[in-house]
Amino acid sequence: MKQVKLEKSIEAQIAQYDQNMLFQQAEYDANEAEQGGYSNYSYWRSTWRSFTKNKIAIFFLCLLGAMLLFTIIQPLLPNQRNPNEVFWVGTAPDMNHRPDSEFWFGTNSTGQDLWARIWSGTRTSLMIGVIVGLLRAIVGIVIGAIWGYVRRADRVLTEIYNVLHNIPNSIVMILFTYILSPGVGTMIFSMCVLGWLPMSRFIRNQIVIIRDREYNLASRCLGTPTRRMITKNLLPYLVSVIMLRISLAIPAAISGEVFLTYIGLGLPVTIPSLGNLINEGRIVMMSASSRYQIIFPAIVLSLITISFYVIGNAFADAADPKNHV
Amino acid sequence: MLKYILKRLLLSVVTLFIIATVVFLLMRLMPETGYFDADEYDKMDAEQIEVALKAMGLRDPIPVQLFRFYRQILSGDFGESVVFRPHVEVSKIIAQKIPYSVPFGLASVGISLIVGLALGTLMARFPHKLPDIIGNGYVVFINAVPAAVYYLFIQLYISDILHLPILYDEYNPVSWILPAVSMSLSGIASYAMWIRRYMLDQMTKDYISFARAKGMSNRKLMFRHVMRNAFVPMAQNLPANILYTISGSLYVESLFSIPGMGGLLIAAIQKQDNPLVQALVLIYSSIGILGLLLGDLLMAVCDPRIKLSRKGGSR
Repeated sequence: MKQVKLEKSIEAQIAQYDQNMLFQQAEYDANEAEQGGYSNYSYWRSTWRSFTKNKIAIFFLCLLGAMLLFTIIQPLLPNQRNPNEVFWVGTAPDMNHRPDSEFWFGTNSTGQDLWARIWSGTRTSLMIGVIVGLLRAIVGIVIGAIWGYVRRADRVLTEIYNVLHNIPNSIVMILFTYILSPGVGTMIFSMCVLGWLPMSRFIRNQIVIIRDREYNLASRCLGTPTRRMITKNLLPYLVSVIMLRISLAIPAAISGEVFLTYIGLGLPVTIPSLGNLINEGRIVMMSASSRYQIIFPAIVLSLITISFYVIGNAFADAADPKNHV
Repeated sequence: MLKYILKRLLLSVVTLFIIATVVFLLMRLMPETGYFDADEYDKMDAEQIEVALKAMGLRDPIPVQLFRFYRQILSGDFGESVVFRPHVEVSKIIAQKIPYSVPFGLASVGISLIVGLALGTLMARFPHKLPDIIGNGYVVFINAVPAAVYYLFIQLYISDILHLPILYDEYNPVSWILPAVSMSLSGIASYAMWIRRYMLDQMTKDYISFARAKGMSNRKLMFRHVMRNAFVPMAQNLPANILYTISGSLYVESLFSIPGMGGLLIAAIQKQDNPLVQALVLIYSSIGILGLLLGDLLMAVCDPRIKLSRKGGSR
């Protein structure tokens, strides 16, 4: 009963209008026709939005940002010392000077300022970590994508992988740091020679899983070239896992530097790095009064690696479109 | 199945052969000063060095050297150490060191399995509650911080707090505790992380709801269904982990001064003891390949759905 009433009132309202006032012929505009399915969705903005919901990750992001900024501006601040300058008390070097107002982090066993060395070392280690992480990722992605997508390459690359994978990674790193002259470049190179293998295998496995999905099959039937298939169809699908891998590769590379230094193949002591500082600290750590020499670098190192790790995990969660709702 | 295993073994031999060649050639890139004692080297003139190198067969063309090397390996002779412990057979050096590394390795595999599974189960039972938060903090810490750093702090402070000896002593079992525990830390973290993730994933599956609807007890459900499924991916790494115990742990063994295998390879490379390096690389590579094969087989045993001999998927 009620419904009939409602319909009647609507009809009465419509009757007041002229047919032309209700429907208007729109003029055809090619641009506007394209805008049909427009939505305000932006992948990176949504990623950022769900990332900022994770308070712990934001805390570590700020911490890491602050540390990065500080390593850059630290040498420009007034009253900073040269990390390699030895300080003297009378005729003897000012060794193992405990932290006080003059030397904030004390001096090491040669009499160099630990504060300056730690920040200079952080710079070196971060640089090594970021470059190695990115290089491993880039080489790994390129090779992994070809390996996974191009069928003819699969057999050959699988065999090559089997051989390279079974050579202990530490042997190769040691051999190269040993053969080439020690330095940052050598270190980066030796960590990258085989370092891309896990990444490429990972990418390959992911691509094999999605390469024959219907949308890729359709693209292939339409004659999409391989290059475009990889860059437009396959890799965007893997952004979140790739980002996770990269952010985990950076702390891994920093740890790798510590490892190489530990076994005596690190950078020369004139180039401070976190690995170098921890190794120097290890030598004097048995006397309780010099323990600050290992504690300070260890804290800085742990903060950096933990930050990268937490941020990476949070970002990978955020980059997954399933978590965007 | 048997055919598959034979095929894999045959392929492994080929891979080992290639690795042996690559390592042999890499070793020839190293500077030649390493073939002598440092003192000895300073006293010799160029001609004497040349004669000594020739006597060692290092001036022969590379293919000749390679073939000699293959023949040696096939007859099971790894040669004598040159610099590390001059004129001692390589197999003897290795045989002396393995008994130190294996017990520690096995202990740490055992500890990590038991503690890791327990921790992971606990975390999965109370997701986002206190046990989970603490456990996650532990996992992040162990994965992010370099092992060298936390090992040092264990040696420094934990030994102080618990009054445990800092260094390893063969005849004092109390001193074995810290190294074994230190070696287990990363294993615990990875097992716990994996078990937690898998259990949480499985909890929402239909077959779990069904089992629960049937009235299955929670404990039985966990052990009979969830654990068994979660164990499959871990089964792949288990044989390799057990086999790799003979390679020892570099950090832990050098920190607690255990005379095991840990630092042997690196010491051998630094001293350029070619026969020792080649033997070790061959041993480690065969372990790796064998571990992978055993892992695949164990996985197939644990999960009857996995079939090794036929390739699934789109190929």
